[in-house]
Amino acid sequence: MNNKMTAITGNEAVAYAIKQINPDVMAAYPITPQTDIVEKYSEYVADGLVNTEFITVESEHSAMSACVGAAAAGGRVMTATSANGLALMFEILYVASSNRLPIIMPMVNRALSGPINIHCDHGDSMAARDSSWIQIYSENVQEAYDNTIQAVRIAEHMEVRLPIMVMFDGFITSHGIECVELLEDNKVAKFVGKYPPRYPLLDIDHPVTYGPLDLYDYYFEHKRQQIEAMRKAKKVVLEIGKEFKKAFGREYKLFEEYRLSDAERAIVVLSSTAGTAKEVVDELRTKGEKVGLLKLRLFRPFPYKEIAQTLSHLKAIAILDRSASFGAFGGPLFTEIRSALLEADKIPHNVNYIYGLGGRDINQTDIASIYADLEKIVKTSRVEERVKYFGVRE
Amino acid sequence: MANLKELSKKEEILSGGHRLCAGCGASIVVRQVLSALDDPVVVANATGCLEVATTIYPYTSWKSSFIHNAFENAAATISGTEAMFKSLKRQGKIDKEIKFIAFGGDGGTYDIGLQSLSGALERGHNFVYVCYDNEGYMNTGIQRSSATPRGAWTTTTPAGKVIPGKAQYHKNLTEIVAAHNIPYVAQANPWRWNDLIEKARKAFYTDGPAFINVLSPCPRGWRFDSKDTVKISKLAVQTNFWPLYEVENGVWKLNYRPKERKPIKEWMEAQGRYRHLFRSENEHIIKEIQEEIDKNWEKLLVKCGEK
Repeated sequence: MNNKMTAITGNEAVAYAIKQINPDVMAAYPITPQTDIVEKYSEYVADGLVNTEFITVESEHSAMSACVGAAAAGGRVMTATSANGLALMFEILYVASSNRLPIIMPMVNRALSGPINIHCDHGDSMAARDSSWIQIYSENVQEAYDNTIQAVRIAEHMEVRLPIMVMFDGFITSHGIECVELLEDNKVAKFVGKYPPRYPLLDIDHPVTYGPLDLYDYYFEHKRQQIEAMRKAKKVVLEIGKEFKKAFGREYKLFEEYRLSDAERAIVVLSSTAGTAKEVVDELRTKGEKVGLLKLRLFRPFPYKEIAQTLSHLKAIAILDRSASFGAFGGPLFTEIRSALLEADKIPHNVNYIYGLGGRDINQTDIASIYADLEKIVKTSRVEERVKYFGVRE
Repeated sequence: MANLKELSKKEEILSGGHRLCAGCGASIVVRQVLSALDDPVVVANATGCLEVATTIYPYTSWKSSFIHNAFENAAATISGTEAMFKSLKRQGKIDKEIKFIAFGGDGGTYDIGLQSLSGALERGHNFVYVCYDNEGYMNTGIQRSSATPRGAWTTTTPAGKVIPGKAQYHKNLTEIVAAHNIPYVAQANPWRWNDLIEKARKAFYTDGPAFINVLSPCPRGWRFDSKDTVKISKLAVQTNFWPLYEVENGVWKLNYRPKERKPIKEWMEAQGRYRHLFRSENEHIIKEIQEEIDKNWEKLLVKCGEK
């Protein structure tokens, strides 16, 4: 392979992936920490390196609205955003998915206002978890790049036809420079293939009506079809992951199991914190501790059966949420996993840690202390506090 | 100039059987505007009366491609569709000529959709935006908008004991759009159908964004008999309440000048929404509205080089 290793930030890598995907239309608005993607892409457009018609909209609401108009017209469409930008798109996220438009959106995780904060947590994408967008989370720059490329095939798959957001952590991944393998242009072009249109507005010989008034006599059936498409996406995520491995060597599944098969205690976590936790796992393993990690990649659709099966042999698990679901029994990842565990033969002790809101750092010592907490739970067979707030002054 | 005989031979893009009210101005406006086309068109529509009455699933009244996205984003939506057309054309994937138009009511244009419209105009997309201005949120049951004229009753500006209808004058959206310095802006009305069709033709065949603000009388909201839609339209022009003009590449032109300006009272008398203004304690409001209309007319004459 002639792929090149490059030291590059997450935003640059994702902008580069978009350049290689070469969408027909991109409509985007700058927001910290996503801004570099829009800036970098503007350079590609200005230098004539892409075919993209780049719509420099006046807001994220219009970004998503223009994406809907462009995708319905019949071509490949991308955008990118963060936090408040995603919140401003919210109404149209649902319009995009209900029209079954496979829009591809890198989403740089950042805390939602207010108070205003530009640093990483997952409150933004978690708020959109019921919008019928496929959600994939990336641990590092390489994954953000690889996932963006795979996202095209997943969203555009004829059995899916749903929009997709690819998450990576604001600043930690978006601005962190890492050494990654960038693929060759022609190989990416071959992998993503040509856009397969479906009922395009621009096919004027076959006129279609998008977005009709859909009342109690049909709405429910349409929602049921959407639920089915989302269910089918899981299989497609695995298929595309396999194909990606065959083409480029890196493996992507629904989640990553890290030293988990013989572990007794484990942490379940999304995105960059998984990288930190892996270091801790390695360190504790050298001391003979049976610890492991499950890093979830696909959050929507939620692979509950596979997760339940994979976690059921453990004695205790800590589920780490980098977002709060106000008034709920724990964070979004916790409620999903705890519910999924009811499908398992045996339910491990489980505890939720809400951590890192607004970019509050979590380090290896912190994570080691969570594994130590789990050890205590295993020894006493008791969970004293089900939902914990980690690293906060109380 | 459009010829009635020729127009009658054209296939309608908005078919009959839709569920707009009898006497609704919107369908008349849409049919007149689309009759100016010689090319295929993609229609975008903001949420509103026109959208809910023409696309009740599984039916559609639209013989062209049509997209409704949401209330506030018809302009952004059509800008995306137009951008895709441009992209595919540049890549040699499409060779036909296609026109793009967005329809929005005054709620979706003057108010909640103003940002989306302004953005799309500034970016210079090649599309036409037509506002069918029925001076209120009629689809949700006659609430005030920034297009509702002063003094009018709506369900959110009721004719109360202390506040007699809407207190503010309506926003001059046509001039706001003209300030974007786009190639073509016009104000029209279904009574002067030939003027409207001619304006639509210019709008479609101008390179870049074009905007037409069309008064669209609403029998339900304005409280008049549904047979009187065109009569009410005519009064709006004859009283100078709704002057007909256009701004083509920055040049203002008056398209119609009443021989003798009728008093605004005549326009108001024809509509139940102004009834409360004829009570003795409110008559000063009619006088003030008349003064405002006369003042605005004089300003328009200057802009149009008529003075």
